[in-house]
Order: sequence, then C-alpha cells, then structure tokens
Amino acid sequence: MSYLSLTDDDREQMLATIGVGSVEELFRDIPAAVRYDRELAIAPALTESELQRHMEELAGKNVVDEICFLGAGIYDHYVPAVVDAVLQRGELLTAYTPYQPEMSQGVLQAVFEYQTAICELTGMDVSNASGYDGSTVAADACFVAKHATGRSKIVITEATSPQVRQVVKTYAPGFGLEVVEVPHEGGVTDPQRVRDAAEGAAAVIFQTPNFFGNLEAAPELAAAANDAGAMPIAHVDIVSLGVLEAPGNYGCAMAIGEGQSAGNSMSYGGPHYGFLAARSDYIRRLPGRIVGETVDASGDRGYVLTLQTREQHIRREKATSNITTNQTLLALAGLVHLSLLGPQGLRELGETCLALSGYAKERLTAAGLALAFPAQSTFKEFAVRTGRNAREALAAARQQGVYAGYPLGRDYPGLDDALLVAVTEKRTVEEIDRLVEALA
Amino acid sequence: MKLIYERSQAGRRGLGIPKPDLPVPELPASLRRAEPPRLPELAEPEVLRHFTELSTRNFGIDTGFYPLGSCTMKYNPRINERLVGLPGFANLHPLVEDDAAQGALELEWELQEILREVTGLDAVSLQPAAGSQGELTGLMLFRAYFQDKGEDEQRRKIVIPDTAHGTNPASVTMAGYELTPVKTDPRGNIDVEDLRGKVDEHTAGLMLTNPSTLGLFDENIEEIRDIFHGVGALMYYDGANLNAVCGISRPGDMGFDVVHINLHKTFSQPHGGGGPGGGPIAVRASLEPFLPVPVVARDGGRFRLDYDRPKSIGKVRAFSGPFGVFVRSYAFIRSYGPALREMSEVAVLNANYMLARLKDAYDLPFDRLCMHEFVLSTRSLKREHGVSALDVAKRLMDYGFHPPTVYFPLIVPEALMIEPTESEAKETLDRFIDAMLAIAQEAAEEPELLHDAPHERPVRRLDEVRAAKNPIVRFRFDDHPTEQGSGDRQLEAQKGA
Amino acid sequence: MSTESYPEDLLYHPEHDWARIDGDEAVLGITWHAQDALGELVHYEPPNVGASVGKDASYGEVESVKAVSDLISPLSGEVIEVNQQVIDAPETANDDPYGDGWLIRVRMTQPDEQSQLLSAADYQRVVESE
Repeated sequence: MSYLSLTDDDREQMLATIGVGSVEELFRDIPAAVRYDRELAIAPALTESELQRHMEELAGKNVVDEICFLGAGIYDHYVPAVVDAVLQRGELLTAYTPYQPEMSQGVLQAVFEYQTAICELTGMDVSNASGYDGSTVAADACFVAKHATGRSKIVITEATSPQVRQVVKTYAPGFGLEVVEVPHEGGVTDPQRVRDAAEGAAAVIFQTPNFFGNLEAAPELAAAANDAGAMPIAHVDIVSLGVLEAPGNYGCAMAIGEGQSAGNSMSYGGPHYGFLAARSDYIRRLPGRIVGETVDASGDRGYVLTLQTREQHIRREKATSNITTNQTLLALAGLVHLSLLGPQGLRELGETCLALSGYAKERLTAAGLALAFPAQSTFKEFAVRTGRNAREALAAARQQGVYAGYPLGRDYPGLDDALLVAVTEKRTVEEIDRLVEALA
Repeated sequence: MKLIYERSQAGRRGLGIPKPDLPVPELPASLRRAEPPRLPELAEPEVLRHFTELSTRNFGIDTGFYPLGSCTMKYNPRINERLVGLPGFANLHPLVEDDAAQGALELEWELQEILREVTGLDAVSLQPAAGSQGELTGLMLFRAYFQDKGEDEQRRKIVIPDTAHGTNPASVTMAGYELTPVKTDPRGNIDVEDLRGKVDEHTAGLMLTNPSTLGLFDENIEEIRDIFHGVGALMYYDGANLNAVCGISRPGDMGFDVVHINLHKTFSQPHGGGGPGGGPIAVRASLEPFLPVPVVARDGGRFRLDYDRPKSIGKVRAFSGPFGVFVRSYAFIRSYGPALREMSEVAVLNANYMLARLKDAYDLPFDRLCMHEFVLSTRSLKREHGVSALDVAKRLMDYGFHPPTVYFPLIVPEALMIEPTESEAKETLDRFIDAMLAIAQEAAEEPELLHDAPHERPVRRLDEVRAAKNPIVRFRFDDHPTEQGSGDRQLEAQKGA
Repeated sequence: MSTESYPEDLLYHPEHDWARIDGDEAVLGITWHAQDALGELVHYEPPNVGASVGKDASYGEVESVKAVSDLISPLSGEVIEVNQQVIDAPETANDDPYGDGWLIRVRMTQPDEQSQLLSAADYQRVVESE
C-alpha cells in the first residue's frame, strides 16, 4: 500500500518497544465476540492508474454535455482557474479547523476576509465562517430566532426553495418549532398575508429572487415581519448582490443563502457552502465558527477563532448549534471568486445574467410560449409554460442537446406544464436560440 | 500581512465577464443596489499572490506531522483531487434526471455498500454533511422509530459518557431530547454501575464513541449493549474514531443501531481548514424506513433516487449529500480494498509505539494499550514547573510539528491527545517523540522557553481574551482611512457628500 | 489579579458563589476560587432587573475565553440591581471579586435560607477538597 511507510523491520522494532509479540495483541481489549474475523468484502485494491481509469468510466456515465439551463438552487456559473490554484495549496487544503492560531493564520485571515465579504454583500454586521449549504443555514437561522425571540413559530414563504423548506421542516420538531407556509400569489408573496401569519412568530424566512426566479417585494416583506416582532430573514442569491439591494439595507435581521454560485462547481450537489450573516445584536447566538481580530504577544495583528463559548465544545448541551466541521474550503473558493470580480465584476455578472435571461424570456414569448408569471421582475431564472407536461418538454429538448430547465410540477401542483429556466453568464445568445428552438 | 481589502486599488479587476450585445432589463428602483459592496479590487496576479502568501502562513498535512487527536489527520492522496475535478463529476447538476447521473448514482451506491460492510449494518444514507449532522440525523431517526412505536413521549433521555465530544450533547438538545450524563470508571470504560441506575424505560438510547476519546476500547461493550437493548433503547455509535477498527471490529456487531462515519477522518476527505466533511449514517434494518430522502436505489443495472419513502424524517441537507466528498472517499477506499484493516492496524501500532516511548516523561491517566490515539497529561509538569499543556503545544510548533489536541477530553486535566494516524514513517514518529522528550526537559530547566513559545511561527502567541472581549469580526473600512483602496474612496465619498 | 481570600463576613454557596446580607437585601457574586478557575472573564450575561431568582438556580452566566459558568444564586429573591461595571468590564470580577466585582443585588424572599449557607471556613474546606 503506497500510502503506508512502515517496513517489516520498523514493525518488529515498534512491537518490541511496546512489549507485545504481534499487532493482533494490540487489540486485546476488544472482546472476542465483537471482533471481525473475516476479510472485508470490498473489491481488491486498485493502483493509481487503475483507479483513474475506473473513475473516468464512472464519470463518463454521467451526461454533462447538454447545454445547461437547469438551476433551482445550483447554477452553472463560471469558476475561475485561480480558484482551483488556491484550493490546491496543500497548506490550506490539508489543514484541520484552526484550533491552534499560530499554525493557522492563513486560514484564519481568509475566513476573516470571507466574513467581511459576506457582511458587505448582505449589509450585515457579522457572518459566521460558513454553514453546510443554503438549506441548513435556514434551519440554523430558525434556532437563532427561537432563542432570540422566545417564540416558537416560523413563517416561511411557499416560494422559498422546496429543498430549504424541507430541511427547515425536518429540523423543526427537535427545536420545538411549528412551521407555517405562506402561499404565493402569481409567483410572489403578498406582504399582508405575511403580516397576518407573522403574528407571534419568531421569524419570517423568504427567498428573493424566489424559487420561481421572481423578485419579491423584499422591503415590504421585511417590514411585515418587523411589524409583528418577528425576525425577517432573507434567503438571497450571492451573485445577485451586485445589482440587488442588500437585505441589511431593507430591515432584515439576518441574511442567508447558498454560496455555490460564487466559486464552486455544481458537483452533483456538493460540497458547497451556506452563508449566514446577522445584525450585531445576534452575535452571541450565531451557530458555527467565527474568526476575530486580535494581537499577538508582540502587538502584531493576528486572527483567532472567537466567541467560542457559543459552541458545542464548551457549552455542550446549551450550545447555539452542534456544528463543528463547516465548509471553510468552499467558502474560501467563494472569497477568491469574489476577490477576482470586485464590485464592478459582480455588478457586471449580475447585469449579464439579467440581459441574457431577459433575451431568453423575450425570444421564448416571441416563439409563442407564455411566461408563468409575466408580471414579475426576475434576475437570472424564470418560469415558462411549455404547453404540455414539462417533463415531456424537457425530454424532447434533451434530444436536441439542451437541458432546458427544472419541471416545477415536481414541487408545485398546478405548474405541471412549467419549466424553471436558469440563464447564467456562461450561456450565449446562440445557446439561448437553441433553447427556444428546442422548446418551441 | 495585509488584508486583501488593504491591497485594493480602485479600478482594478481580476476577471472579465462576457458582455452580450443586449439591453440590460431595468430592475425596480426599490430593489436595486444603491451602494456597491466594498469587495477588493485587484488584478489576477495580485489575487493569486495574496492567497499564496496566506497559504505560507498555514500548516497542513502536506506541510508536516499533524497528530491532532480525534481529527485523524491522515494523508490526502492527490489523485483524489484530480478525480473530483473530472468534468463528468464537477459539471453534473444535482437535479438532472436520473438517467443523466448513472455514474454518480453508481458511485454513491457502491460507497453505501462499502459503508454497510465496514459498519456491519443494513442501510446507509449519505446525506449528512458532517459528523455532527450525522449525529443529529441519527437522533431524529431514534425519534421517528419511537414515534412509530408510540413510545416517543415516554422515551426522552439520551445517555452520554463524560468523555464525549461536545457535539453529542449539543445534538441531543437540537433533537429535542434530554441529556443523561454517565461517568467513566478508573480503567477508562463507561462506569457500568453508574449506567445501570440511569437506564430505564424512559431512555431512548446511548451515544458512544468506541474507542472513546481517551483512545480506549470499552471492554464492557457487550454488557452495555444488553443494558440498553434490555429496556428497548437504541445505541448510537459516534464514528469519530472508526479509524481504529476498520475490518477489526464493526459497530453493528458491537450492538449499535445507528453509526455515523466521518469521511473527512477515516476516509481521507481533506478538511480544508474547517471543512468540507461528510457524515453518512448506517442503520439497522428496523430504522431504514425513516432514512432521509432521497435514498439511492438500484433496479437491476440502473440506479435511481427514491423519494417515495412515507416514513422518512425528511431532509437534513439539500440533494443527496456532498458528492465531491463521496468521490474522494470512494477513491481512497478503492485504493486500499480489503487492506483497510491494515490501515487501522498501522494506526494503532503507531499510536502504541508513541505511547510506549512517551509514558515515562508525561502523566498517563489510564495505563492500558491504546487504540489509534492516546491521552497524556502535563499535570506533573504544571505542578512542578508551572508548564501547562498549552505551553507544551506551543513549544512543539518551534520543533516544526502541529500540536496534539489539548484540554480534551474534559475529564483529564492538562490533556494532550495524540493521534498519529497510519500515514507516518517511523522516523517522523521518532522525531516527534524526541521533541516531546526534549520539551519535558526544557520544562524543568527553562520553563520560560515554553511560556513564550512559539518563537518560530509567523505570529507569536495570540491574545484570545482581547478578541472575545471586543469582537472585531470583519474588516472595518471606516477605521482604516489611511489605507489605500475602497476605504479611501468611501471616506472621500462621505466628505464629498 | 487579586490574591486568594474568603472574607469572614460573607455567606457562601458550594457552587462558588457568595452573598453579603444587607438588611432584607443581599449582594451576590462569585468567589475568588471561581474567578481563578475560569480565568479572565470576557462576558457577563446578567438577569433583568425585576426577575426573580431561586436558591440553587442559575441567574446568569459568566464567560472566559474557554469556559462558561452558570451563576448559582445562594438565596431566593427579586433582582433589584445588576452591576453595570462588570457588564462593561467583566474582568472587574477577577480583580475585585468581593468588592467592585459584585454581580447583582436582590431583595430576599426567603431570608431564612441564609442558615443553609456556608461560613468562610466551611467553604474553604470545599475548595480544598476539589
């Protein structure tokens, strides 16, 4: 085994130092009845070149050459080469959580810079070092809201991602929370209905752009929540924040979301990162790692994990969360991508998404298809009615090499003929024309 | 070193964006961004240099020996990084129809089969994103199982030994259970007498790490199993220390009903300075109906995601799990094959060798053969020379090593928890041991050397009290008006206004 | 930092808390031993004025960098004042645990509970046995 260094001589010497006759003897504390006395039924070991071939065969069974208009939470944005270069630095890639700050200034400073970027994007005061993904940070936010308000109801809009809603509902019973959904009307959420539902609620979670791609009247939704004393929590698209207002600037208590669009490939759903940011009032209730600035014994600036008394290793059953491992490396990828973009690049990225998706909407309607929510403004994604079962329309488009979108009927009865179409900056006018051809 | 925000110069950028010759639709004024976010502005070479410089201020397994107890810092093979980047994996959208993801689903299926074999259990969900999420998922399964039997309201208590990771009690609270702590006996096992008085028909189950965080295999595991199963309660295995027993002893055979596996420990997913991880769970058949959706199913030679699971607890994470982690761990396992047993044997051999050479220089709270890790204490050094476990840890940095885990488990004062893993050459172990012995000597002769350590790192010892008292958790542009870049512009904009 | 002491005029609770009786009121704080075990305090989470506290129950928390400790009330009562100085500078409870570092003032609701508390000498034996 090429990952192991010990020679037979090494083993003999080591056993002698320990004072046992065999490796088997090292396991004498394990009762005989619970020993495993067979060989593990795992296929024989592969050499590196055999492994490469085997994995290429598996990867080759996946279909990735169709033009991708599929989104619904994970998007085909471009990942710059510098991201790969940074992530492959072994000092960062192969480090553990920075428990010893003097060994870990690289990761700690990077997380501090990431927290700063997330705060800037969302208009919040504090960000954690990342959560697992865009769905689990919503559950984390519910836990914060429960303890901050002492209330036990969570309101979530039906136009929020079904994946996010399902995770929140799975966590809720353990937290002692009841979850109430507010239905959409014409693809967006009515602030008055949110106001009514928010009475006595700990938080109102809404996604914008929402799952249909439509822009919610976010400031009104936040005001409705605040009016009821519930925490408004916006679930936002990280790459939309160069053109769309920051949740902190329209009254939200927290901002959360899926970070994949910044710096991460789609990778069949992960690993990615979720971001979670809040106003400073909630800093002591946040889940997960937080990096803070300090000085060393010489007075020079440095970074440490801070406010750790929130966390499970100190507060145990009273902790703000059980999270330990987060998604630092993927969040670092996001930071690198955002650093390459800068404010100008992020705005242009948003504008290109707007322009291309606007073109797609225009061409599709010109070709006789109807938008599902024609009155709504969108960012990079929109719903279009295909005139037949959307899964059939999708299958037909795939025959022409176009993966046309996500059939909304999977989650929303009544939208069986609708496809959710995502258009990132990677798509071209020609590819959009092929989409129109494939769906027309 | 400067923050990337302090390197920023207005007008620079590091990435071009395609600009189609199309109009940009107008956004509603109330939703449009008023002030741009102050992201850094740098050209591409400067971005790469910044992060490269950061990497030089960090220490990973690639840099050197990293015996961080309970974290299983083993070698991360580079082939796995190449494999995860294969376009057929990296560019696959998680919501494609199953026919477009047959390779990914086959890989997930095969990984599940391997984890069933290694744990000795019947069914697997790959969904949890990390070990602690696996714990929470496991406890949700406990509740679903007892709800199904009409016993959820009766069974409210989860038993956890005092050596447990903090995640265990935190998960108990998040799952809506109550904690029952149990003591450790003088040999480092669960105190079975204490346990007997605490387990009854109100007990939902046990959470146990075995071998424990002391690096000791619980010799009474069969008796413990009988106590819990005797009252109809379940057993959860925290797989943080699975690296000790692959192919040697299986949690399912020990009597555990649910297990999580830390793919970033035992199966080599690089931890990336804090994540990603992976926390698949394996369960006994009686708990299978409650697993999160989707479940990877096989029909003949085809694979599919099965959402039709009426008793499922729901979802704990989006999609089917952190797929890239599965690629790496599956590749790692296929590189070993059945020799995973040898992996664990060498991990245990390495740990016992280090223990044998170190136990005279440091206190050993439980004098037994260890498994894959062991816990020493600097209690005597502290009493005699005023040198703490933290001082020893910081001094190890000067010798070029990452320190072990310190001050854990909580029941051992001044604890140093050392886990070498199977990856290290004997010469490396010897160099580390020699450094530890030299430090014990230094503690007696020159304690100031330890108090002031580290001397050879990019920063000296950091003031954590200051960081906690007045938390600065983001760069404050407005406090740095003399810095170049965005801060300047902001200030000028304010002056101009 | 202060030096070890356990003033004779205080009553003690074995969870390392003290009470100074002042008519029908009592001032509460943590002992020298408690602050020494925790290390430099970085945060004090006080109760609200007007809240009621029960003997042997937690009325708040103090935190150091690596530890968090419940504040156990030696006596039952109603909170009539919290020490803002410790909220602003938690290390005050390290520097002067029995003086400026007091934590809350309560109006006692069960004054006879005093008889269950320890003298300085008895409390010192508790500390030594740990």
